Amino acid sequence: MKVPLSRIAHTRSGDKGDTCNIGVIAWDQRHFPILVRELTTERVKRHFGSLVEGSVERYELPNLGALNFLLHRALGGGGTVSLRTDAQGKTFGAALLSLEIELTPEELL
Amino acid sequence: MIRIANGQGFWGDWLEAPVRLVEQGPIDYLALDYLAEITMSILQKQKQDDPKLGYARDFPPLVARIAGKIRERGVKVIANAGGVNPVACAREVLRLAPALKVAVVLGDDVFARLDEFLSKGYEMRDMDTGEPLSKIRDRILSANAYIGAFPLAEALATGADVVIAGRSTDTALTLAPLVHRFGWQPADFDLLAAGTIAGHIIECGAQTTGGNCQVDWQTIPDMANIGYPIVEAEPDGSFAITKHPHTGGRVNTHVVKEQLLYELGEPKNYITPDCVADFTSIRLADNGPDRVRVTGIRGGPRPPSLKLSISYTAGWKAIGTLVYSWPQALAKAQAADRIVRERLNHIGLSFDEIYTEYFGLNACLGPAAPPNPDPPEVQLRIGVRGSDRKAVDRFTRELVPLVLNGPPGATGYGEGRPAVREIVAYWSALIPREVIATRVEVVS
Repeated sequence: MKVPLSRIAHTRSGDKGDTCNIGVIAWDQRHFPILVRELTTERVKRHFGSLVEGSVERYELPNLGALNFLLHRALGGGGTVSLRTDAQGKTFGAALLSLEIELTPEELL
Repeated sequence: MIRIANGQGFWGDWLEAPVRLVEQGPIDYLALDYLAEITMSILQKQKQDDPKLGYARDFPPLVARIAGKIRERGVKVIANAGGVNPVACAREVLRLAPALKVAVVLGDDVFARLDEFLSKGYEMRDMDTGEPLSKIRDRILSANAYIGAFPLAEALATGADVVIAGRSTDTALTLAPLVHRFGWQPADFDLLAAGTIAGHIIECGAQTTGGNCQVDWQTIPDMANIGYPIVEAEPDGSFAITKHPHTGGRVNTHVVKEQLLYELGEPKNYITPDCVADFTSIRLADNGPDRVRVTGIRGGPRPPSLKLSISYTAGWKAIGTLVYSWPQALAKAQAADRIVRERLNHIGLSFDEIYTEYFGLNACLGPAAPPNPDPPEVQLRIGVRGSDRKAVDRFTRELVPLVLNGPPGATGYGEGRPAVREIVAYWSALIPREVIATRVEVVS
């Protein structure tokens, strides 16, 4: 069954130049494998469409039940170059919460 | 055990926070982080306008406000408020609070040494694009090396009440007191990594005590009186994150996890001048109300290079807005955007980028925004940037006329023409650490 990512995770995002990072944290650390399975770099890149011009990298932090995504060329040049309202990527984390993930009936419990 | 608090997460943070940290409970060190990547370029522009500026101007009056209390309680203040002019910052502190002893850490500013570096064959290629620094050499405004905790610890060893650095890393502000008090050495990788991660957790102030936090945000208590974070650090590298009792906010493992992930790159390789910290080694545990224990941190040796933070001029920009109201608010705003672009074309103006957002619909979330087919109002927000200031200035005259000569229902132009701003861009590069020499001065 499809549910939004917000069902099992919370996020925080920020910037390093023109790269945006999004930390995705499982509410319940046991759900970390679901994040690993569902949140592929392809899906994350597709979710942001034209906002992200570069590649997406993913890193795992199993100790925190978390993934860290780096979205390159994602902030319109970043810093003071960017013409965007959210030049620092502060809201990218919240934007990712609407990404739909697939859970099995057991995982939904 | 020593207590290190962070009372400013960036320049512009809550002015009351450091005062409350000093007054509302015990702390040993008050760290104040003023510098984001873009802050150095802002400070550089201010120094261009006035050579006595170029530091965080909030800092001296703040120190003056808490001077009596920190002397009485033995609290030491450590800040990267110096920006591109630490000595001027120290002099202003002393003018306002003459009883204090103030030390500065110098040597991070390498602006005057760039040609020396280039002639020695250091290309200082941009860490993002790989391009050599020579490409922007004639447009550089500032160049600073990120310096670590050891020079700051040396400054603390002078017995100064206030230590002011320029471009120190944010985490060094927390690590330096630990190095100073616990005698940690450059080879103590795990300990240095622990202190670095403690610094990362508190460097953004209330972002680790419930601010900007998605975790049950509506139930976070008394955010109006939010407490700023405190590290209670042990000599073995373990520490707790907490805040003063009876302050607002919340500290638990989920809140701390959000901050751990904030502005993180590769988790196993969090590179600082002092060590490489491994974020996959961190163990968190809730340890009573508003208290998280952090243990298990591992690290590796410091890198052979230091990172340079370089700012340079990169043209001009302006961003203008108009508000369109229902009905067909979005269609009107889109029509206005087409008209502006056509008119700019007609007068032969071109830009590196023209970027349009429909504020209220997609400014934050872009394509990920939920559909909203008939919004009651939309703010058209058009930005341009380019190397020709006159072209950018001409653009600023193209929005307000639309109120009379464009689609119906435009308003919200009360601010008049948008301002033209110079773009100061950011360049990061590596330099062998042995070419950077820091020194400590007690300013009188």
